[in-house]
Amino acid sequence: MGKSKSAYSEPGKLGKSEHHIIVVWVDNEAGVLARVAGLFSGRGYNIESLAVAEVDKKKHISRITIVTSGTPQVIEQIKLQLRKLVPVHKVADFKRNDPKILFKELALFKVVSSKKNREKAKKVCKRYNSIILDKSKNSFVIQVTALRRDIDKLIETLGPLGLVSASRTGAVAMTRGSEIFK
Amino acid sequence: MGKLFSGAEIVFKVLEHHKVEHIFGYPGGAVLPIYDELKNHKTIKHILARHEQGAGHAAEGYARSSGKPGVMLVTSGPGATNAVTALTDAYMDSVPIVCISGQVPTHLIGTDAFQECDTTGITRPCTKHNWLVKDVKDLADVIDRAFEIATTGRPGPVLVDIPKDIQFKKTEFILKNKKKKQVNGKLNGKVSNTEIDKIISMMKKSSRPIFYTGGGVINSGPEASKLLRELVALTGFPITSTLQGLGAYPGDDPLFLGMLGMHGTYEANNAMYSCDLMINIGARFDDRITGKVDEFSPKSKKIHVDIDPSSIGKNIKVDLAVVSDVESFLKTLNKRFKEKNKDFLNSNKSNISTWWKDIDKWRQKKSLGYKNSKEVIKPQYAVQRLYELSKDKDAYITTEVGQHQMWAAQHYKFSKPNRWMTSGGLGTMGYGLPAAVGVQVANPGKLVIDIAGEASVLMTMQEMSTAVQYNLPIKIFILNNQYMGMVRQWQELLHEKNYSESYTAALPDFVKLAEAYGCVGIQAKKPDELDEKINEMINVNKPVIFDCLVDPMENCFPMIPSGKPHNQMLLGPEDEKEEVSDEGKTLV
Repeated sequence: MGKSKSAYSEPGKLGKSEHHIIVVWVDNEAGVLARVAGLFSGRGYNIESLAVAEVDKKKHISRITIVTSGTPQVIEQIKLQLRKLVPVHKVADFKRNDPKILFKELALFKVVSSKKNREKAKKVCKRYNSIILDKSKNSFVIQVTALRRDIDKLIETLGPLGLVSASRTGAVAMTRGSEIFK
Repeated sequence: MGKLFSGAEIVFKVLEHHKVEHIFGYPGGAVLPIYDELKNHKTIKHILARHEQGAGHAAEGYARSSGKPGVMLVTSGPGATNAVTALTDAYMDSVPIVCISGQVPTHLIGTDAFQECDTTGITRPCTKHNWLVKDVKDLADVIDRAFEIATTGRPGPVLVDIPKDIQFKKTEFILKNKKKKQVNGKLNGKVSNTEIDKIISMMKKSSRPIFYTGGGVINSGPEASKLLRELVALTGFPITSTLQGLGAYPGDDPLFLGMLGMHGTYEANNAMYSCDLMINIGARFDDRITGKVDEFSPKSKKIHVDIDPSSIGKNIKVDLAVVSDVESFLKTLNKRFKEKNKDFLNSNKSNISTWWKDIDKWRQKKSLGYKNSKEVIKPQYAVQRLYELSKDKDAYITTEVGQHQMWAAQHYKFSKPNRWMTSGGLGTMGYGLPAAVGVQVANPGKLVIDIAGEASVLMTMQEMSTAVQYNLPIKIFILNNQYMGMVRQWQELLHEKNYSESYTAALPDFVKLAEAYGCVGIQAKKPDELDEKINEMINVNKPVIFDCLVDPMENCFPMIPSGKPHNQMLLGPEDEKEEVSDEGKTLV
């Protein structure tokens, strides 16, 4: 009888977990981010990254982009639960590997090292729309925009080249082509 | 510029606009301006509770028995935190509550001021929505919207937090009649004919159908219950109900299989397991109903009608889902069903006759049976006698939480909706007594009984004082077994009879306690004195505490041990010995 004894049922079979990007349009009012984040923590959903800012100044609409993972049933629940929140206008959901969707994250890196290593670092970043934002005699701050996994890799590569500080946003997403999500 | 009103006046103007007649509350520093204004509004009566949790459950009882939203008024800090249990309870059981709380003045918010707490932060996960009003110009619209959100879609609690300076500040009173935004999952409310025809065709094809109905039928209003009865009569299908749905369909009707779920009847649970078509109307596949989800009703097609889109597919995958209010759904379905199928009841009889034979076989088990005694009062017998002696009086029943609650659900047969108020989702011990206060306020002159356990009722016993103050002749019928009975039962079945802390070694003398509160105390010890004493209780026009001493070791059966499918119920003590093998125990 070593096993647990409980008044609750045992967990059933779990579906396969997949990554999704959830985009939520909300009224930009006090506490709205806490409502959305609280819904995720309260119901045990994951948040891998989260990006939020007002996108419509007149109507005070903010757009929240959340990268999450879960079984199809959980992803469905996330959408339905979000739609119940009073300040939520609409909810869109994309699979992370959906070819019709563009995803981008922005990152800032500070590199402090020898000239040789700084040149190497610049070169590595070049593929990711890099822009030098600040320079000193032994350092620079560089901005890149890329996918999450590319930024992960960049951080690894830049480490030995003098990376001292990294700051990155959550992913933001948009559909390709002329359509918009209604 | 028009006439100026203070925030406190505006609170009452909006309450009057919504025809609020009663508020349940407790004053304190941060709501004093609102309490000061109370005297100027004669159509609104304030019921002073003895604890904010009591005020909240009373508001719930008021709402569930009347169909109107319950309104509560509490102060900041401890007033608000004490209300949290009641708000969570209302959230779980979909009860419309508008809670107005005082807050420290705006300039002190965030400074850890006296009796300050982050009320909107604390109540965010247990309300449908909440507001902190920082500008008196927003106040009227916020409270108006609070009522709208509490009562539409799937009902639930909302909270409006009003800082003290906002209660004093003055502004014009204008209720914007804005175009109402669709709330709660933004449902469109229309059921398409294609959906209805699909449902009808599934019903016609089925040879083992069952209706599984829940609290959504009650919440939809009395008309929904009427339509449900009509639909069952049209089809001749068996019907079972969740704990919260009791009363939507008459409990003594032959087509009714009794309650389903963990302590549901053998016939209801076996029918759920073996059916080929399950029609869920206004229930949410709660874990006390489904047991192990992988083995839940494996052979059936499932239809789910729910007003809350997030209830659909949450626990159980269904074949056809309809997002709708129960009343409007049944109206459409019944009409179409009658048009398309003349005399379905008789023509379909042979199609489902084997099914009914199976059900009758399960019924033969008499799963609600128990061994009665002449020496000691069996709790089931007490509930049965209470039912027999009060059934013609259109009684309103509330309960606490535990064994007595399940016995009440099993043995008290309800014939009308809104007569049964119990804490199902949250399972709040201490719910029943204050809920009875609210029920009696909403239904003066009616018989209101709280079927209670002695442990639960002690959690909110102070509300007897409220009942006495307002001459509310509620009857607290305590099945006193000296144990937290359900805890003791699980300890017996799962933890080798290690009754850890489930026995209350020092209980009050309930008769003296009743007298101390200024109400009537009655005690029954023997089965043969029960009827006379119950009648005495019913006939007293005062609040009564009835101390019914029952068999302390009685267990609540039948029971689905957790982790088992519906067709493996324990029927009684004999079953228990064979079935809870080592393997079984780990599954429970």
